[in-house]
Amino acid sequence: MSTTGLQPTRSFQDLILTLHQYWAAYGCVILQPYDMEVGAGTFHPATTLRSVGSKPWKAAYVQPSRRPGDGRYGENPNRVQQHHQYQVILKPSPIDLQDLYLGSLKAIGIDFDHHDIRFVEDDWESPTLGAWGLGWEVWCDGMEVSQFTYFQQVGGLECQPVSGELTYGLERLAMYVQGVDSIYDLNFNGAEGDQKMTYGDVFLQSEQEHSRYNFEQANTKMLFAHFTDAETECKSILDAGKTDGRHLMALPAYDQCIKASHIFNLLDARGVISVTERQSYILRVRELAKGCCEAWAKTAGGGYQEGKND
Amino acid sequence: MSELLIELFSEEIPARMQSRASEDLRNLVCNGLEKAGLAIGTAKAFVTPRRLTVVVEDIPATTPDIVDERKGPRTDAPERAIEGFLKSAGVTLDDCITGEDKKGQFYIARIEKPGKPTTEILAELIPEIIQKFPWPKSMRWGTGSLRWVRPLHSIICILDGQPVEFEIAGIKSGNQTIGHRFMGPDTITVSSFGQYKTALADQFVMLDAGERISFIQSEAEKLAKSSSLQLIDDQGLLKEVSGLVEWPVVLMGEFDASFLEVPPEVVVTTIKAHQKCFCLKDADGKLANKYLLVSNMIARDGGKKIIEGNNRVIAARLSDAKFFWDQDKKTPLENRLPELKKITFHARLGSQRKRVKRLEKLSTDIARIIGANEEKTRLAARLCKADLVTGMVSELPELQGLMGKYYALAEGLDNDVAIALGDHYKPQGPSDAVPQNLIAQTVSLADKIDTLAGFWAMDEKPTGSKDPYALRRAALGIIRIIEENSLRLPLLKILDDQIAASPGLTDDEADSKAIARDLLSFFADRLKVHLRDRGMRHDLIDAVFGLGDQDDLLMIIKRVQALGEFLDTDDGKNLLAGVKRAVNILRIEEKKDGQKHDGNPLPNLLVLGEEKELHRAVTAAMAQTINAVKTEDFASAMTALARLRKPVDEFFDKVTVNADDPNFRDNRLKLLNRIREATLSVADFSRIEG
Repeated sequence: MSTTGLQPTRSFQDLILTLHQYWAAYGCVILQPYDMEVGAGTFHPATTLRSVGSKPWKAAYVQPSRRPGDGRYGENPNRVQQHHQYQVILKPSPIDLQDLYLGSLKAIGIDFDHHDIRFVEDDWESPTLGAWGLGWEVWCDGMEVSQFTYFQQVGGLECQPVSGELTYGLERLAMYVQGVDSIYDLNFNGAEGDQKMTYGDVFLQSEQEHSRYNFEQANTKMLFAHFTDAETECKSILDAGKTDGRHLMALPAYDQCIKASHIFNLLDARGVISVTERQSYILRVRELAKGCCEAWAKTAGGGYQEGKND
Repeated sequence: MSELLIELFSEEIPARMQSRASEDLRNLVCNGLEKAGLAIGTAKAFVTPRRLTVVVEDIPATTPDIVDERKGPRTDAPERAIEGFLKSAGVTLDDCITGEDKKGQFYIARIEKPGKPTTEILAELIPEIIQKFPWPKSMRWGTGSLRWVRPLHSIICILDGQPVEFEIAGIKSGNQTIGHRFMGPDTITVSSFGQYKTALADQFVMLDAGERISFIQSEAEKLAKSSSLQLIDDQGLLKEVSGLVEWPVVLMGEFDASFLEVPPEVVVTTIKAHQKCFCLKDADGKLANKYLLVSNMIARDGGKKIIEGNNRVIAARLSDAKFFWDQDKKTPLENRLPELKKITFHARLGSQRKRVKRLEKLSTDIARIIGANEEKTRLAARLCKADLVTGMVSELPELQGLMGKYYALAEGLDNDVAIALGDHYKPQGPSDAVPQNLIAQTVSLADKIDTLAGFWAMDEKPTGSKDPYALRRAALGIIRIIEENSLRLPLLKILDDQIAASPGLTDDEADSKAIARDLLSFFADRLKVHLRDRGMRHDLIDAVFGLGDQDDLLMIIKRVQALGEFLDTDDGKNLLAGVKRAVNILRIEEKKDGQKHDGNPLPNLLVLGEEKELHRAVTAAMAQTINAVKTEDFASAMTALARLRKPVDEFFDKVTVNADDPNFRDNRLKLLNRIREATLSVADFSRIEG
C-alpha cells in the first residue's frame, strides 16, 4: 500500500485517483468528464479548444468514451462500446514529458525493473477534428497502455505552442496492473468479499443494453435528422457569436460539433453510411470543428486580446 | 588530424526512419566539410532508437589558405579608379600583381584568405544540417519552432576530444549523453568515439544496428534450438525490431496450442503485425505454439513478468483471430457478395460488387482463350473478393486472398477454385511468384486487366514516380504470368472490350480502341523494362512493336529473343547494315521522286548477275520467313533472312542503284524495297539501333 492509502494495482477507482493525485501535484487542473457523448478524451473542449491559441494550459481528467462499433454485448473480454480514457493535456509540452509520463506509470505500480516499456511510432490523426500530431503508442510488455502525442494542428490551425497529450486506456491499464484477463473481472472499488464491486457489476448491463441499442434499435432515420440539426445549429451559433472582434459563443457551437460527430459514429456503427458518403460526413464534421476552433481563437481562452490581435 | 564525433539525442525515432536518417546525417556532414575545403577520412554512421551518431576520421584542424585573384583596372587607369578598386578588394597596391592582355597591362588584386578553424566550420554547419534535415515527417514541440522527428534533447559535437560549441533552439552542444533509458541513465562524458562506444555499451546501449541485428538473430536461433524449434526467418521484422531497442534481450513466450487450429498464416501475421514477435516452427515445418519476443530490458526476474505480459496480449489477439475464423466460416462466401456493394473500389469505377461482375465475364472470356475450365474460373472470379468483407480481413487486410482460400476450403469448394482465390493477387512484386494454377492465372489476369482498363478509361495513368494504384506492377504481373506459363492471349480486343464496358469511360465520344492501343503501348514500355533487366535491347522491342498491332505478348517476347540472337551473329549484323542502307537509299530517292518504288521488280530488267541473284534470294527468303512466322518458328525465319546477307552485300558491291537508265533505276529501287518487305515480316529493322 502506498503512503496515500490508494491501491492502484487492486482497484480501478484507486488507479484513477492515483493519476489525479500525480497530475494535480504537477499543477494540472483536475477536470470532470465533459457531460456529452464523445468518442475520445480528445473531444473534451479542455483538449480540442485549449490546444488552440497561445495561452498555457495544464489539465487532467477522465473521459468516458463511446465507440458504438466496438460494442460486443458484454461478451468479449476486451472490447466495450464505452471505455474510460485518462487524458492529460500540457501546453506547452514540457521537455521532460516522457519522464513525467513514466513517473505516472511508476505511481500506479509499474516497476521498471520488471517491465519492458517501449515507445512505438504511432502518428495520430483525427479527420473529423482536422487535427494531427506525432508521437507513439506506449507499450508495456507488448501491450499498448497509452497514446502519446505532440499536437501539430487542431481544427486546421497550427498549434503554437505545441501541446503534449497523454491518453491512458484505463481499463487496459487496470487489467494489466490487476492481472486479470477480462475487463468485467476488474476490481472496481478495491474491496473484497461481499463489499467487492467488479467492473462487470457496474457496467455489464450497460454494455448489453447499449450494444442492443447501437446495433439493432438506433433509429437511423432520426439520427440522420439529428445530425443535420446539430450541424445547422452549430453553424448558426458560429454566425450569431461573430463580432468584429472577439467571438462570443465558441463553446456552445463546439457542443453541437461534438453532437454531430457522435451521431456520425452511431450511424457508422449501424453500417448505414456508404464508403463514399462516409468521406463527405467526415468533411462536414471537420468543417464544424474548424469553425469552432477558429472562433475559439478569438476568445479570451484562446488567447485573444481585444485591440491587440487585429 | 582529428576525429569528429556527432550525436543527436532525441526521443524515440520511428524504426522505419532510422537507417535512412543516419546515412543522411553522415552524407550531410561529409558534404558540408568537403564543401568547406576539408579533406576528410572515413565516415561512419550509427543509429539507435534515441540517437543518430556520426564519426569522421582524419579531419584537418583548419581549412587550407586560399588566395582569390580579382582582375582590376589597367595600370594606366586614372588614380581614382585604381584607389576605388583597391578599396573594394580590401588590399593595398603591394598586394597586387599585374597581368597583360591585348589591351595592355592591368592590376590583379591577390586577396589572401587564411584557412578557417574547422571548429568554426562545424559550429555553422551542424546547426544548419539540423535545421534542414530531410525527415520524411517532422514536428515542433513546446514553444520552439525547430522541427525534428521527435523532440531533440542534446547534441554532442567534439573534434579531437574538444567540444565544439554552438546552440540551436536552446540546446547547447557539448560532450555529454546518457545511456539506456532504464538501465543506464547516468551521464556519460565523451572524449573520443572509441570511449563513447564502450561507455554506451557499459550503459546498455548497443550503438551499431548491425550488431543488434546479428545479436538478436543469434540469440533467437539459440533459444529456438534449445526448444528443438526453428526460427521462421523474417529479415524485415528483424530490422524493425532492432530499431525498437537499444539493448536487445530475446525471450521465449508461448500461447495455447488450441490457437493452432487457426490457419498458420493468421497466427504468424497476428503475432508479427501487432506484436512484432517472431514465430517458430518444429522440425516438420509446422508452426509451434511458442514465439520469440525482443525486449529492451534485462529484467530482474529474468523476464518472467515481461513474458507473462506478452503472453497475455498475444492470447487476446489470437482469441480475436480465432473468433473471426469461427465466425467467418458460418457465412458462405457466396452469401457475402451483396456486402461488396459497400466497398468502393474507386469512386468512378464503382463498388467491388460491380467489379466482381465484370471479373466474372472477363475471366470466363480469358478462360475460353487459354483453355481453363470455364465453370470453375467463373466461380473463382465471382468469389475472389468475397473475403474482403470477412471479419478477419477487415482486421488484418494483408491476409486478403489467403483467407478467401481458407474459407473456400472450409466450405468444401473445389480445390482449384480455392487456390485461385488465394493466388489471384499474385505476383505482388518482381520477387513474388506468379500463380501456378491455370484458373488462378486466369482470374489474376482478369483482375489486373480490369484494373488497368478502368484507369485507362478514366485517363488516370501513372506519371513519373507517381503510381498510387500500382498500375505498373499490374502490367508487369500480366507480362510475367503470360511469359512464365507460355499463355497465348491476344490483348488488344480484350482491352478494347474492357475499356468500352468500363464505368470509367464517361465520354461517349471516346474511342475505346485508341485507348486500348495506348494501354498496349504501356505494356510495350513495361516489357522493355522487364526484358532490359535480362539484358535485352529496348530497340528490338520497338522494332517488333513497330510492325503494328502486335498484342500477343508471348509472341512478341519470342520474336525479340530470336531477333536478339540473330543480331549477335555476323550474318545478322551485316544484314542489318545492308537493310538499313537499302532503306536509306529508298527514303532519299522516294523523297526526290515524290513517288514510291513498290511492286515487283521486272525480271527482264534485271541484267547483272548480282541483281538477278538478289532477286532470287529475296523471293525465296520472303516465302520462307512468312511460312516460318506463320508457324511461330522465329529462329527459322531468322535463318532464312540470314541467307540474304551475301547477295545483299554483293549487290551493293557491284550494282549501281542510281543507273542512268530510269527503268533500271526504278527496277533496282523496287528490288531494295523487296529487301525491306522481306525483313518486315519479322521486325521493323529501321528501328534497330547500330
